[in-house]
Amino acid sequence: MSGATQTPSSYDAAEEFLDRRTRAQQVQATMHKYPWLSPAVVLVISVIVFGFLNSNFATPNNLSLITQQVAVVGALAIGQTLIILTAGIDLSCGAIMVFSSMVMAKTAFDSGIPGWLAIILGLLVGAAAGGVNGVLVTRVRLPPFIVTLGTLNIFVALTLLYATGRTIRDAELATGLSWLGETFSVGQVRVSTGVVLMLVMYAFFAFVLRYTAWGRHVYAVGDDADSARLAGIQVQRVLLSVYLVAGLIFAITGWILIGRVGAASPNSGIDANLDSITAVVIGGTSLFGGRGTVLGSLIGALIVGVFRNGLTLAGLDVYYQTLAVGILIILAVSVDQWIRRART
Amino acid sequence: MTVTSEQTSSPAQTAQPVLQAKAIVKTYGHVVALDAVDLELYPGEVLAVIGDNGAGKSTLIKCLSGAESPNGGEILLDGTPVNFRSPQDARVHGIEAVYQTLAVAPALDIASNLFLGRETRRAGFLGSVLRMLDMPGMRKEAKGHMSALGIGTLQNMGAAVESLSGGQRQAVAVARAAAFSSKVIILDEPTAALGVKESKQVLKLIQSIRERGLPVILISHNMPQVFEVADRIHIQRLGKRAAVVDPKKISMNDAVAVMTGALQLAPDGKLEEAG
Repeated sequence: MSGATQTPSSYDAAEEFLDRRTRAQQVQATMHKYPWLSPAVVLVISVIVFGFLNSNFATPNNLSLITQQVAVVGALAIGQTLIILTAGIDLSCGAIMVFSSMVMAKTAFDSGIPGWLAIILGLLVGAAAGGVNGVLVTRVRLPPFIVTLGTLNIFVALTLLYATGRTIRDAELATGLSWLGETFSVGQVRVSTGVVLMLVMYAFFAFVLRYTAWGRHVYAVGDDADSARLAGIQVQRVLLSVYLVAGLIFAITGWILIGRVGAASPNSGIDANLDSITAVVIGGTSLFGGRGTVLGSLIGALIVGVFRNGLTLAGLDVYYQTLAVGILIILAVSVDQWIRRART
Repeated sequence: MTVTSEQTSSPAQTAQPVLQAKAIVKTYGHVVALDAVDLELYPGEVLAVIGDNGAGKSTLIKCLSGAESPNGGEILLDGTPVNFRSPQDARVHGIEAVYQTLAVAPALDIASNLFLGRETRRAGFLGSVLRMLDMPGMRKEAKGHMSALGIGTLQNMGAAVESLSGGQRQAVAVARAAAFSSKVIILDEPTAALGVKESKQVLKLIQSIRERGLPVILISHNMPQVFEVADRIHIQRLGKRAAVVDPKKISMNDAVAVMTGALQLAPDGKLEEAG
């Protein structure tokens, strides 16, 4: 705002002045309106750079591999996005995912019930686990961070107790349980059904958030819960439904996980909770709630996948991958802070 | 100093009040915020509620708009007792409030804010099965509401509310109340955060709402504004109604004197110096 010489009384002149924004402010305003834009630019640039660095990177096989590596965290990030949009956070998402996958595999293995029934059981358990988080957040009024830190440990313990430390191997899985790990060919590219399911879920929740009243209410609640209540939104009910839906999404991700790993193990997906938060944050969704998109989280998950894969192909140690992801997170949040200061 | 009885306003209207509070009591622990307060709002009038900090203005309108439940007393709407448990409850009965905190969602666009909590869906399959919102319809309708209130400056209903000026945001909040209210509009300090020019716009809004026949309760600290738009002034003091006066018959100084307790209402209906 340098060079502003208008007095407060020359209102129209000031209005006109506001239209003459600097280039930086225009960029800021555009990024404010489309929070997924800057991660998209980062994704495109990183794909191009890694493509130049290593000729094996931009091959159909490798790109298909990246999508498969991203499927679990990407699907998990959908539920995480919903919760972060309400200004919450879920540390227990990975634990819910693994717990649900163990329920799916072990109920079928122990009692011989058909795979589809075991899957439904697992989905119900996931939704119920999300519901427990939701009830603690909305009824007992605990901060989501504390609630999910507690349930993270509880669900991990329940998983280990239930599984008695045993992995259920590929050959022991009931039919249908590893279906999401199967691949089919589209031209030269191998696509796994799990990736397709993840993309379908993204499309569905992008639609729901953008075009339904529930989606609008999720944003309003995250933006300012008090205002939302005064505007007539039943804030606690919206929050509870978000945690329930997120639990269901985590359980579906548990099914994808079985396909990806080719087994149901109580020890898989240990870091998935933090990875999902990373994807959401890099994808431009604000940790303060009310701002962000699921599309951004998909891009965020892909960026992490591309970096890990590209740096591996470039022959760099795995520690550098972690270093790169850490820098990306700090950069993404810095950009978010800068954008939030924008007055479009 | 004593003043004549014409200065106090025994309501000239013989009509039934649209909204009436009878001996409303609201306590927070040991603090008595409202001590048996009466209030009457008649059809088509602007009733200003003034009072010092802590006089109970905000608590009073929170009780009337369902944001708080009174501990005692009665609220009548068109003569029928009502019991609001939430703002949503009051809204269903046609009472819309604009709170000091504005209650808009900054990241959502103007149309989404106007229809927040009562969105309309698309017709047919898209609406009934996919529950898809009718965005173009809501934007069109939002524009209609805005221009009906003479807010022509806001053209793009898809613009995020956070991109608007303070006055424009207030206009969105008032327009939302005006668009959906069928009985009463309550405005809590609508000009508190605004500049001179923006305040003028909001006062014009209030007048255009009255012209449409809707009664308005206006809570304000700003005496010149109150005297400009109000038909009657309800003066709150220490959790009680000190007096109801007619702005055409009382000076601003006397109104402030009642507010601060320098003048009080005598049993004969006159204002007299507090002894």
